[in-house]
Amino acid sequence: MSRSHRDESPDRLYVITSGRSSAPDDALDSVALIVAENAPTAGMQSEHARILRLCRGPTALVEIAAHLELPLAITRILVTDLLDGGHATARHPRSAPRRARPTTSPDVLEKVLLALQNL
Amino acid sequence: MHSRTCDAADAPTPGSPLPGTVEHALKIAVVGGFGVGKTTLVRSVSEIRPLTTEETMTEAAANVDDVRGVEGKRTTTIAFDFGRITLDATSVLYLFGAPGQQRFWFLWDRVLAGSLGAVVLVDTRRLEDSWYAIDRLEAQKTPFIVAHNDFGDAEHTLDDIRAALDLDPAVPLIRCDARERDSARQVLVTLVQHVRSLVSGDPR
Repeated sequence: MSRSHRDESPDRLYVITSGRSSAPDDALDSVALIVAENAPTAGMQSEHARILRLCRGPTALVEIAAHLELPLAITRILVTDLLDGGHATARHPRSAPRRARPTTSPDVLEKVLLALQNL
Repeated sequence: MHSRTCDAADAPTPGSPLPGTVEHALKIAVVGGFGVGKTTLVRSVSEIRPLTTEETMTEAAANVDDVRGVEGKRTTTIAFDFGRITLDATSVLYLFGAPGQQRFWFLWDRVLAGSLGAVVLVDTRRLEDSWYAIDRLEAQKTPFIVAHNDFGDAEHTLDDIRAALDLDPAVPLIRCDARERDSARQVLVTLVQHVRSLVSGDPR
């Protein structure tokens, strides 16, 4: 499978993100579920419009990156733009703070076990 | 490339979209050396064909392993595969295949922050590939189990492998065949049971 951004110049990725190399919101998790709050609007940057179309239903950040064929870091910046503009919302993952030991509740673990056993 | 781009726009969620009611996402990492079967295991249980993306990071302050503290910045990129399992109407589990080598590890701090736990997939031909990952998971106190992806290796018992890895007796070690759905699922079940035992008792 070819991944288009591999063939693209760094310049293009620079343009997509208006020169930003890291997202202002470092907290946006790789599996934060993103949901569009509105349809793409006229004049919107094409990558932003594509993300909104992808996120008609909840879609994890990492899946957006894979479908857009863009690196996760670039996708994180683009999604953060949409969150900041009120075009999308994020459902945050059920997880522990960074670097802390996961403190997943027994209820959640039971649910995961049951689902896996019924897979 | 352009046709692919259009496809992505026209069919917004290739594979199966998540139910609109899903609110929580969980993560499990499958860590191991090159060619050990990480993606195979993910594919065996995933409801979507595994997808690939990349994480890029500029390795400035992040490089804690380099005691010389070289000031220069270096950008490192890793490609990784992932799959998912919808658990119920409100929860989804993501499975990440992660290269375990030392030079990639700092990227995982971000990708895998808050993961439920990890599976270290080992191959007796290259056990040394997993030493660093095991050290790192222990240091991070991320719950993990070790699964030996059995390529028809009858020579090594699990006890041999445990000794070679110098593995804590409390860490489960099982055999699996990553190509088999039931076997791959059992690996995940073993991990979640292990996490549950850590959560319910033994407050470390």
